[in-house]
Amino acid sequence: MSATANLAASAAAVSGTPGFLSPTGVEILFLLVGLLTLGAAITAVTTRQLVHAALWLVVALGGIAVEYLLLSAEFIAWVQVLIYVGAVVVLLLFGLMLTRAPIGRSPDADSGNRPVALAVAVTAAAVLVTVVVDAFRTTWIDLEDGAPQGTTDVTGRILFQHWVLPFEALSVLLLAALVGAIVLSRRENGRNGTGGDGDGDGGTGSGTRAAGGGER
Amino acid sequence: MHLAYPAVLAVLLFCTGLYGVLARRNAILVLMSVELMLNAVNLNLVAFDVWLRDTLHAGQALTLFTITIAAAEIGIGLAIVLLVHRNRGTSHIDRLRDLAETDRTATDSDEATVADATDNPVGSPAGDPAGRPTDTRLTRGEATA
Amino acid sequence: MSTTTLAVLVPLLPFLGALAGLLLGRRAPAYVRPLAVLPTLTSAALATAVAVRQGGEGALTGATRLTPTGNDALPVELAFHLDGFAVLVAVLVAAVASCVQIYSTGYLRDDPRYPSYAALVSLFTAAMLLVVYSDDLIVLLVGWEVMGICSYFLVGHYWETAAARSASLKAFLVTKLGDVPFIIGILALASEAGTFRISTIVTRLTSPLSGFELEHPTVIALLLLAGVAGKSAQFPLHTWLPDAMAGPTPVSALIHAATMVAAGVYFVARLLPVFTSSAAALAVLAAMAAVTMVGSALAALAQDDIKRVLAYSTVGQLGYMTGALAVADRGAAVFHLISHGVFKALLFLAAGVLIHAAGTNSLAAMSRTGGLAGRAPDAYWTMTVALLALAAVPPFAGFFSKEAVLAAAEHAALDPAGGAAHTVPPAVGWTVLLAGLLTAALTAAYATRLWLLAFHGRGFAAPGESTASGESAEPGGNTAPGHARQPAVMNAVLWALAGPTIAVGLLHGALPDWFDGRTLAPTLTTSVLGTGLAAAGIVVMYAAWRHSTATAAARAPLGAVAAHPEAEPAVSEAEAIATHRAVYGDIAAAVDPADPGRLLLGPLHRHAARGFHLDALYAAVAVRPVLAAARLVRFLDREVVDTYVRGAGGTARLLGAAVRRAQTGNVQTYLGLLLAGSLVLAVAAALVAAGA
Repeated sequence: MSATANLAASAAAVSGTPGFLSPTGVEILFLLVGLLTLGAAITAVTTRQLVHAALWLVVALGGIAVEYLLLSAEFIAWVQVLIYVGAVVVLLLFGLMLTRAPIGRSPDADSGNRPVALAVAVTAAAVLVTVVVDAFRTTWIDLEDGAPQGTTDVTGRILFQHWVLPFEALSVLLLAALVGAIVLSRRENGRNGTGGDGDGDGGTGSGTRAAGGGER
Repeated sequence: MHLAYPAVLAVLLFCTGLYGVLARRNAILVLMSVELMLNAVNLNLVAFDVWLRDTLHAGQALTLFTITIAAAEIGIGLAIVLLVHRNRGTSHIDRLRDLAETDRTATDSDEATVADATDNPVGSPAGDPAGRPTDTRLTRGEATA
Repeated sequence: MSTTTLAVLVPLLPFLGALAGLLLGRRAPAYVRPLAVLPTLTSAALATAVAVRQGGEGALTGATRLTPTGNDALPVELAFHLDGFAVLVAVLVAAVASCVQIYSTGYLRDDPRYPSYAALVSLFTAAMLLVVYSDDLIVLLVGWEVMGICSYFLVGHYWETAAARSASLKAFLVTKLGDVPFIIGILALASEAGTFRISTIVTRLTSPLSGFELEHPTVIALLLLAGVAGKSAQFPLHTWLPDAMAGPTPVSALIHAATMVAAGVYFVARLLPVFTSSAAALAVLAAMAAVTMVGSALAALAQDDIKRVLAYSTVGQLGYMTGALAVADRGAAVFHLISHGVFKALLFLAAGVLIHAAGTNSLAAMSRTGGLAGRAPDAYWTMTVALLALAAVPPFAGFFSKEAVLAAAEHAALDPAGGAAHTVPPAVGWTVLLAGLLTAALTAAYATRLWLLAFHGRGFAAPGESTASGESAEPGGNTAPGHARQPAVMNAVLWALAGPTIAVGLLHGALPDWFDGRTLAPTLTTSVLGTGLAAAGIVVMYAAWRHSTATAAARAPLGAVAAHPEAEPAVSEAEAIATHRAVYGDIAAAVDPADPGRLLLGPLHRHAARGFHLDALYAAVAVRPVLAAARLVRFLDREVVDTYVRGAGGTARLLGAAVRRAQTGNVQTYLGLLLAGSLVLAVAAALVAAGA
């Protein structure tokens, strides 16, 4: 991030817009929160403790919500907190629980694909950062002037004036997802009476399987 | 505020998510990484919307939609992961290799153990692991799906 | 009906008969025989009517233009030209074809392939009549090639036997070898003369007013001569004809004795002015005729298969005709063509009866079975007549026609300036004359040998005649196993042909009206010389026969006889052909110490029996290099070309095996590689955009 800042600073020195070396308070705050978010995200994808990963994800998503606030997108920030931090992460934790993810450090959290992943991610980051910085180093967002951008009032107005049809379509999609999730996770009741045991079985079987897999 | 700050932050978050998707073994962690990537895109959308001062606020509306779709996606995704876990006894992505070019030997060991794990009722010990047919697993998987 | 319409009907009827026979042959077997015989008979009657109406008057021509020829300067026309030659040869062709069709109904009465056989014979007849009547070189060529393909099919009629298969292929290939220069020659001739019409070409060449001359007469004549040599079995392309005897006897009689092989001679006769405009062509023609005559007569002395004797005799008689053409007397050539057509057809048909009666085609075996003359009296008497005609004993047909040829040769040798406008070199005349006289003696000799061996054999009591065809041969008999009497229809045909064999020669006074007007009457010198030599040949052969039968009293029993008293005659012949090599060790010769030909020829016999090793020479010169080249090509294809193909396949397989390793089934690997690829593309795009 510091390398990026340097890069940005050198770029700003050329342009005539407010430079990177004289940041406003909002910018400083944004940067700090951004660093926190990024750190939490990196920890979330690298930690060996699965539940911790979910918790670090909460931090990262919360950080993004703060960034939304800093970008004056007030409503979206609250939606972010509600849906992601409130619902999605809880859902993920339930998922971890139901798949009997091991509590504590699990040595096999990362697959053998890790070096490739690292290389791809770093290269992608380098390419994208270069391109983005090159393109937007002089662009300035004017947050103070003009009408408020993302208050609940504004967002509600545009949502239900201009975007009402997609909004309704989305509700149908949510319904379909709801039904799909129920169908997928429903137990096979008609096939065998021991469906309830089957799940528990699967769990114990998973343990033995892991041992057997290790042997093999 | 410089647009470069949110844009670069979004890029870095996206690449972090990318790394997670490619490197994580547990399917639920992969889903988490996908969420990270989606959030990075959302950040971009909001930042550009604020910068452009779009009268329709298309960026913010789209962000809302993305969040909704991401919620639906995570629901379906988790359901699938749970189903896979119930059928295969694992939620490790690199063990789900039915797409592999079968030499019949490299994957058989995995499949055999999976079959052992899932298909044995409580009381019966896996007496004949060698002779375990793989098709029982398949039929059950199809029926459940 | 006008003469023109009749003439159109003459080739058309057998053609329609062939079509109907091919179409109906399987569905309506009852119609096959009428469809085979009636069109040909009608055609013969019409041809006679045309001949009578034409009556040796000026030539009738008619033409219909075939529109899409692509070249307005050289139109192809469906034209015919009825002069004396054409109408008489057409009568011969149609008459012999009728005889053969009638004979075949008895000879092949139970053959399952009779419908296609009869249809092919009809088609052949139509093609030959088209060749005879046609005035257009391209139309003539069509008939010429149709004859060739019919000959190929009919020689291969007994395709179950290997000899017939290879013989049909050989006949086809050798005649095609001549046909390639032939078609080039036709095109060259037409482009120089400016027309495909034979009559126009001849008129332009012979008219003293036009002053038209061919630019390259020798080249054209030699090119045409190659096709003629192939079709008319002249040296060095004659080798297919003896082998073609593997076909059924009626086919041999019609195609390989009377008509098709005469087509070459007839063609030269029609286009004689082209040949006479080049002395070199005449010299080549004479040399070809002389070598053919003498060589084939010697070879005929050594053959064991009765049909091969007749085949070599055909080659020799065709040599007489080309000799007559070489001395520019086409009247004599066509006269000999007609008389030879009649008596050689009779000889072959009688030989077919004889083979059936004897159950073998081997003269050596026949000479050991007594009483053949008694069991097949019709064949005996008619064959005697025909052999006398062949040996040119007066007053049979062969005498007059052969004397006409010899007289023409003598005329050309002794009196080159006189007579016709053509200048025939005296050397040509002498060559033909001497070769003709020598051949006259040899012809008489082999005719005598054939007659003596076939009909005057003595049965021997030695038991254990080897029976090659296992099923119903009767062991131990000193006469051939009793075949039933020959079918009456076959004998009737023999007698029908015997009449013309005796009488045709007497036409020599009337024929010049139909031909060019030159006299065909025998001259004293050649008559005496020819007849004397023939008599000498007969006497020498008889003495040799007496000598060899006396000295070889203890000759080894020899022979294989097939007997199928109930079966059709063709079965005997097919078996005889199929077993000849197995029994006697050779398709042509037999180890028979009692053969007078062996005594007379001495050390020459071995070579003569093999046709003077011409086949071996061809094998060494043409066949083996071709086979070697084929092997080379095969090697190149298998080892060189296929290496690339296999390499291409192998590379793809290796690549596939390599790529297959990437198919791990691990989705993360796939996604990682996909993204890496996208990155590369993105970088490339960014660089290009930056560079631009």
